[in-house]
Amino acid sequence: MDLSAISPTLLVASLMVAATPILLAALGELVVEKSGVLNLGVEGMMITGAICGFAVAVETGNPVVGFFAAALGGALLSMIFGVLTQFFLSNQVATGLALTLFGLGLSSLLGQGYVGIKPPSTPRLDLGPLSDLPFVGRVVFGHDWVVYLSLILCVAIWYFLRRTRAGLKLRAVGESHDAAHAMGLKVRAIRLAAIAFGGAMAGLGGAYLSLVRVPQWTEGMTAGAGWIALAIVVFASWRAGRVLVGAYLFGGVTVLQLNLQAAGVALPVEYLSMSPYLITIAVLVVMSARGTRRSLGAPADLGKQFHAVH
Amino acid sequence: MTAPLLSIQGLTKAYPGVVANDDVSFEIGKGQIHALLGENGAGKSTLVKMIYGLVTPDSGRMEIAGQPHAPATPLQARDAGVAMVFQHFSLFDALDVAENIALGMTDPPPMRDLAARIREVSDAYGLPLDPDRIVGDLSAGERQRVEIVRCLLQDPRLLIMDEPTSVLTPQEVEILFATLRKLAAEGTAILYISHKLEEIRSLCDAATILRLGKVVGRCDPRETSARELAEQMVGSTLSSPARPAHTPGDTLLTVENLSLPPAHAFGTPLRDIQITLARGEVLGIGGVAGNGQDELLAALSGERLSPRGTVTLDGSDLSRAGPEARRKAGLLSAPEERLGHAAAPDMSLTENALLTGHGRKGLTGRGFIDWRGAAGFARDIIAAFDVRTPGEGTAARALSGGNLQKFVIGREVLQGPTVLVVNQPTWGVDAAAAAAIRQALLDLAEAGAGVIVISQDLDELMEISDRFAALNEGRLSAPVPAATLDVKRIGLMLGGAHDMEAAE
Repeated sequence: MDLSAISPTLLVASLMVAATPILLAALGELVVEKSGVLNLGVEGMMITGAICGFAVAVETGNPVVGFFAAALGGALLSMIFGVLTQFFLSNQVATGLALTLFGLGLSSLLGQGYVGIKPPSTPRLDLGPLSDLPFVGRVVFGHDWVVYLSLILCVAIWYFLRRTRAGLKLRAVGESHDAAHAMGLKVRAIRLAAIAFGGAMAGLGGAYLSLVRVPQWTEGMTAGAGWIALAIVVFASWRAGRVLVGAYLFGGVTVLQLNLQAAGVALPVEYLSMSPYLITIAVLVVMSARGTRRSLGAPADLGKQFHAVH
Repeated sequence: MTAPLLSIQGLTKAYPGVVANDDVSFEIGKGQIHALLGENGAGKSTLVKMIYGLVTPDSGRMEIAGQPHAPATPLQARDAGVAMVFQHFSLFDALDVAENIALGMTDPPPMRDLAARIREVSDAYGLPLDPDRIVGDLSAGERQRVEIVRCLLQDPRLLIMDEPTSVLTPQEVEILFATLRKLAAEGTAILYISHKLEEIRSLCDAATILRLGKVVGRCDPRETSARELAEQMVGSTLSSPARPAHTPGDTLLTVENLSLPPAHAFGTPLRDIQITLARGEVLGIGGVAGNGQDELLAALSGERLSPRGTVTLDGSDLSRAGPEARRKAGLLSAPEERLGHAAAPDMSLTENALLTGHGRKGLTGRGFIDWRGAAGFARDIIAAFDVRTPGEGTAARALSGGNLQKFVIGREVLQGPTVLVVNQPTWGVDAAAAAAIRQALLDLAEAGAGVIVISQDLDELMEISDRFAALNEGRLSAPVPAATLDVKRIGLMLGGAHDMEAAE
């Protein structure tokens, strides 16, 4: 075992890459949950985004088009959930779980012709001399555009929720849909828009896995990332800044355990592989034990059915 | 009074099986405070919802200042100058005051300017309000101020107030009335919905009385007695609860040094509560909503356990006993929230009767349910408390608020409790049903039980209590005999002036 083989620079740089899919999906789910909707279909939307993005990038040879297609695919899939839960008032938990199962099945159907293909690469942004700085150059200025996009989106979502009127309306709908309705806010329309945004973000996250992080297509390649994204929203107490912390923490543990495996730590590999998930569970338990839904910051009407009486 | 501000002609709205409003017509003048009176289910809410654009009428016409008024959404109603303060506050707990107000405005100014305007308006009308506070931390009176200030910022021509005083202390009511009179003097018309007749008599210039969706009377409330108003509302003569004189018996329930931390972020802690309750006594506990009523009920019912030795019934310590054990020992309770706390909304009345009554009524045996017995018990409650329902198989949710309240109170009363604790027993219940519930509580005390009534309706507490105590921020004042109280003194007790005994 040789821990000195683990380079801190590479560790930090690769944890950012490892965290980006989860960060994107979790930010989307944050907006969805802030509007009072619990969409458990993140995993399904992610993997659908992964194959849509992969297929389109391969066909067009352009990864940027691929990412757009992934967002579109995720959003379209999420609209199944949106229509079912908002118009037909189906149960959100059951519908979300079904969406995950459907997404997994649909993606393996779509992906049949794409196994073993290499996608067009998404290069690192060349920031000139900045990228040559020691440590900082590689960690801060040495990534592809999606990593930066995810960070910008994190700030943008924080600003949207905290500072804009549209964000205030979205939070109001999640806090009390009845009061929002009495005020004349369009509860369904706002929620549908949030669900579509969540789907698009999950799709982007999935495409980052298939186009950059892995990069190739395999069935079930999200491997629970969607569920981790859901957990991170709770971990973050529904705040955008903490979603970033949570995602990078999870990414860090994931990368660290890979490095430890490579360094030959005398622990069975299985324990190391399960460690990110165990740590996520432990953090969730600690967070939840600290207080009720309210003090955690959960939207008061999260997961509740809205039915306009008239 | 010249041309009316709001004129309503022949407004009709029917729901399947019931006509909520049948050919309703009335007029409100500029600067007039107009009362809309009626029992629950008389159609008051539907009427104001139509004016505010939440419900579309089937037929009939509305005009505001001569212009046709047919709002399809609250937004259009607001643009026409109609503002509304809701009975159940339409506020968002987790947002701050300024955010709540911005949400209700069609075209809000930037947050910074808005905060300044909120301060300005709230000071001008004597309603102090801090724009940065989180609404969940505010008292009921302050929350209402948020709603009123939100309306005032829109410069409304017509302000609709739906039961605004049900959660206020007498002093807060005075402040509210002063504000409303000031608004009326400035030319704003006010449509005031209430069932508190004395308030209407002191505040309003005109009244329209609704019964079963129809206008049954118009009058000047200043020249009509409260009794006449009530009888017009109900359509029959009313009887006041009879309260024979009696001497209290031996002590049944004692609560000693009961302190509990708040159960959730917006909850109230209980601080050093002392209660003694004698056989045959009714103890009234008043207080403004959110001062520990729910917490006290939870501590007495067994939903929250308290330190050993704090709750004693008939000499046995129940502090660590759960609700089931307390029911067995004879300490029964009926919480405020009817749907979801006192009753399971989607379960039938039989099932709901079984849920609290199975132990004392012997409705289960060897792990099996005696359905025939449970249905019989439910039928007994329905018959004894005049619960209007098709039958005991009806879901609790399908009952009107008043009928369900009669059912949940009746369910506990018919179990023969040693001590019964009720929270808001007549909240949202019409006058006749409220009188019946109060009479049942008095009869229970007469038969030798102890009754604790937690309520925000001071008239109710004055009417049925032997002794009265006030809850303020989780502290309970020393009880005083109810006969010695007047409204001013109660107001001071509710406000937390517990040491006024010494001052007088």
